[in-house]
Amino acid sequence: MLEFLPSLLGGVVIGLSATLLYVLNGRIAGISGILGSLLEPRGAQPWRLAFLGGLLGGGVLIQALQPSAFGSGPALGSGAMLIVAAGLLVGFGTRLGSGCTSGHGICGIGRGSKRSIVATLTFMATSIVTVFLMRSLMGGVS
Amino acid sequence: MKGTLAAFVSGLVFAVGLGLGGMTDPANVQGFLDVTGDWNPGLAFVMGGALGTFALLRALFVRKRERPVLSSEYPAPPRTRLDGRLLLGAAIFGIGWGLAGFCPGPAVVSVASGSKTAILFTASMVGGMGLFRALEIALAWMQERQKPAQQPVLDAPEP
Repeated sequence: MLEFLPSLLGGVVIGLSATLLYVLNGRIAGISGILGSLLEPRGAQPWRLAFLGGLLGGGVLIQALQPSAFGSGPALGSGAMLIVAAGLLVGFGTRLGSGCTSGHGICGIGRGSKRSIVATLTFMATSIVTVFLMRSLMGGVS
Repeated sequence: MKGTLAAFVSGLVFAVGLGLGGMTDPANVQGFLDVTGDWNPGLAFVMGGALGTFALLRALFVRKRERPVLSSEYPAPPRTRLDGRLLLGAAIFGIGWGLAGFCPGPAVVSVASGSKTAILFTASMVGGMGLFRALEIALAWMQERQKPAQQPVLDAPEP
């Protein structure tokens, strides 16, 4: 169990961040909503840009201190076409479904939203099936 | 100004949490989703820890204060119906998540690593969001155009 301590710690830190944004700004830390709203009229509000800037700043910090945290790309196929298709699906799907892992999976369920529970179960199910199919078609995952 | 700074710090802490939890490594994420193979349960602890911490602290805080520190009210969920749109969107998102091992947060954070894969994924993701926005605009425009045709029905005199 001790091997999962960093995972649990990472989760607690993410939860703290979501709490900060909620209790200070009164906002939901849903990354797809924050990013996607920039494409709407008057969507580019300072808090959204600042949060995204913080995410990038955190990325720079990780790259400086622990670059191995970024791994070496997806395990199952990383062809450009596949990555583009995956990105399009994630972008379109999260906007249609009003949230992603953070907005539905953490904040939504954390607020007791039935919609978020259903959404999270749905994207967990299709992602698991996708990985299963890919592994069956492409061979073993390392 | 304080709100902007708070949001920046929150984003920074969020990214560090993703890195600590192993969410920024797409192979790790795919290992978690590979439940029938060599399953790596680590991310269940990340999601459980994040969800538990947020749910607990939020409940404690909301009971104490009627409004957030730097703004006037807590957010209300913008859509409340459990509909096909939610299910279809979540299903599509899951397929993309499984394909590449990136969801939106870790993708944005990973752009800072300079990884070509992360940059290509994030650019495509923003493209997908743009596609959705374009569809929204097109649908709104078509609805607007159909209105005059429906007018006579709406204006029909009451019997």
